[in-house]
Amino acid sequence: MKRRSFLTTSAAATVLATAGLPALAQDGPLKIGFIYVGPVGDMGWSYQHEQGRRAIVEKFGDQVETKFIESVPEGPDAERALTSLALEGNTMIFATSFGYMDPVMNVAAKFPNVMFEHATGYKRADNVATYDAKFFQGRAIQGTIAGRMTKSNKIGYIGSFPIPEVVQGINAAYIHAKKVNPDVEMSVVWAYSWFDPAKEADAAAALIADGVDVLMQHTDSTAPQAKAQEAGNVITFGQASDMSGFAPMPRVTSTIDNWAPYYIERVQAMLDGTWSSTATWGGIDTGMVEIGEMTDALPSEVIEEATAMKDAIAAGEYHPFTGPLKKQDGTVWLADGEVADDAALASMDFYLEGITAELPK
Amino acid sequence: MITLVKRPQPSQFWSWATPILAVIATMIAGGLLFAALGKDPIEAIKAIFWDPILGQNAGYFRSQLLVKAGPLILIACGLAIGFRAGIWNIGAEGQYIIGAICGAWLALRVYPAESAWLFPAMIALGALGGLLWALIPAVLKVTLGVSEILVSLMLVYVAENLLAYVAFGPLRNPDGFGMPGSRNLQQYDAAHNPELIAGTGMHWGVVAALIAVIFTYILLHRHIAGFRIRVAGEAPRAALFAGVVPTRLVVICLGLSGALAGVAGLFEVAGPSGQITDSFNAGYGFTAIIVAFLGRLHPVGILLAGLLMALTYIGGDVAQLRLQLPPAAIQCFQGMLLFFLLGFDVLTNYRVKFAGAA
Repeated sequence: MKRRSFLTTSAAATVLATAGLPALAQDGPLKIGFIYVGPVGDMGWSYQHEQGRRAIVEKFGDQVETKFIESVPEGPDAERALTSLALEGNTMIFATSFGYMDPVMNVAAKFPNVMFEHATGYKRADNVATYDAKFFQGRAIQGTIAGRMTKSNKIGYIGSFPIPEVVQGINAAYIHAKKVNPDVEMSVVWAYSWFDPAKEADAAAALIADGVDVLMQHTDSTAPQAKAQEAGNVITFGQASDMSGFAPMPRVTSTIDNWAPYYIERVQAMLDGTWSSTATWGGIDTGMVEIGEMTDALPSEVIEEATAMKDAIAAGEYHPFTGPLKKQDGTVWLADGEVADDAALASMDFYLEGITAELPK
Repeated sequence: MITLVKRPQPSQFWSWATPILAVIATMIAGGLLFAALGKDPIEAIKAIFWDPILGQNAGYFRSQLLVKAGPLILIACGLAIGFRAGIWNIGAEGQYIIGAICGAWLALRVYPAESAWLFPAMIALGALGGLLWALIPAVLKVTLGVSEILVSLMLVYVAENLLAYVAFGPLRNPDGFGMPGSRNLQQYDAAHNPELIAGTGMHWGVVAALIAVIFTYILLHRHIAGFRIRVAGEAPRAALFAGVVPTRLVVICLGLSGALAGVAGLFEVAGPSGQITDSFNAGYGFTAIIVAFLGRLHPVGILLAGLLMALTYIGGDVAQLRLQLPPAAIQCFQGMLLFFLLGFDVLTNYRVKFAGAA
């Protein structure tokens, strides 16, 4: 074992010796790097991060110089992309997918003078900050609309991976649909991908064939929107980006990830020298989660109800996970009036009472 | 008019000249593509082929070349042995996954015990996992005559689903807040496959790849078994007369290539990747098929082809980073390489005859 620890120590020393260099040459513009998990043209997740990057360029102009690498697979390839960005002199790096977490931690340890911003992760260091959005707030609104609009009482949900972020969304959508329409049922199909138009289209087609007339997706392509459009009588919600190309039908509203305000704030902090490692979980109140325009395919009273909920969440008057709520197995999760805390939500790995599907473990 | 005349024997000269010709043609066609995208073609080609070896920050990129080429060479060596015998293992990707799962399972099972035996035991389990996964198509072929091409390929998808299952289930990091993915073996000393010399990218998997090249060379070109393998592939009937037992050959070739793919997966999961995640497999098993053919199924050729393939990946990253070249264009570029190689291969087996010339 001694040999191994000796080698790793000397490795760290060598890298540290070279890593200090880019930061010392910090005279020109602030160099900022981005890595995206999908193509910038996915019209969903990566597209929205790219909008954030563009907002930085527009706001700061010559003060910044940005570079991005797209379609970077999670794992060793991400570590190489991050290291390359750091070696090329970028002193601030946005890593925009959960699976970049361990690579970010590895690279951050080797480049203490480079500040990392990691989306949706939970590991932090002096030079690694994390940020995420409360997407479930948007799901509560979608659930309300779904409960009001469904005629077949069947709601379909295309999940990406059974991770807490996605499970929060399914639960929030379900309990809010159920609240306004006790007869609703929800079917969940897992795509096991964030972006796979073919799989997403298959999942959408299967759900629609099963009688679903409201379709939600936690995947990033517009393929489910297209399938719903073909079917004609199915409504959908834009995911991550507005997907307004499918408005007014099937897309009746959307949950938009708006990273721009956060990105601008963090870059400003870098320029001011006030950057520090933080954990941000923004919602509708900070503008990180935006609700896209509700189209006239919805009756005005539904729009009013959904808008009222949005305003209540934004004002902090309403939390989508407010007790009494039971878990799927019937045990009490939240007592009457109790509100879920962020830590409990961050590791949510169970369905709430009434969902009949089984959560893959 | 141009006609093609079949050569009585494949040309030795063209067999080695076509890969070089293919690389040159790819540079020209790729350059035109990059120019059409509004990028300086010379700069782009330089970024892909030159910068990772001798350009700025090349020290790091060179080390990554080895990290990327190691598993490709290791897997391709195994595949080449089977391909020489006409036994087509298309499922190395699956064997790679199963090898990684088996080895990582042991480490995660005994975590956090420190033992000098752990890493060697993981390697053995990785090899065994890959071997057994490859024996499924072997046994089906030998007993029922089922095509090993289809079975080995289909088993990749089974392996991928198993991978997703263990990443979300049994091997999930218990301290991971319910998120998918195992503990990171890089932080587990006894199980870690570290960089042996800092900054070189050299880890045990790269060492194993070099050993595999030498082993394959001796087996195929200096040993009677290699002679039998080649005869079986080139003249099956003659092989029977030479005492080759076809069923035994199928089992040996598939098993060997499976074991090599399995250890490649183990070295990756214990080293550069560190984690079992649902997206752990990065397509090495499929790319290795290209590497095997690009290297003419010859161990030395595979060594060079593996490095070249790694270069297009690393160089592609550099081109994207410095010139903001879209990754789709780089994939096109890699596709062209294979396209031209197969295209020019005609010259190995056929002679070009121009009308009028006798």
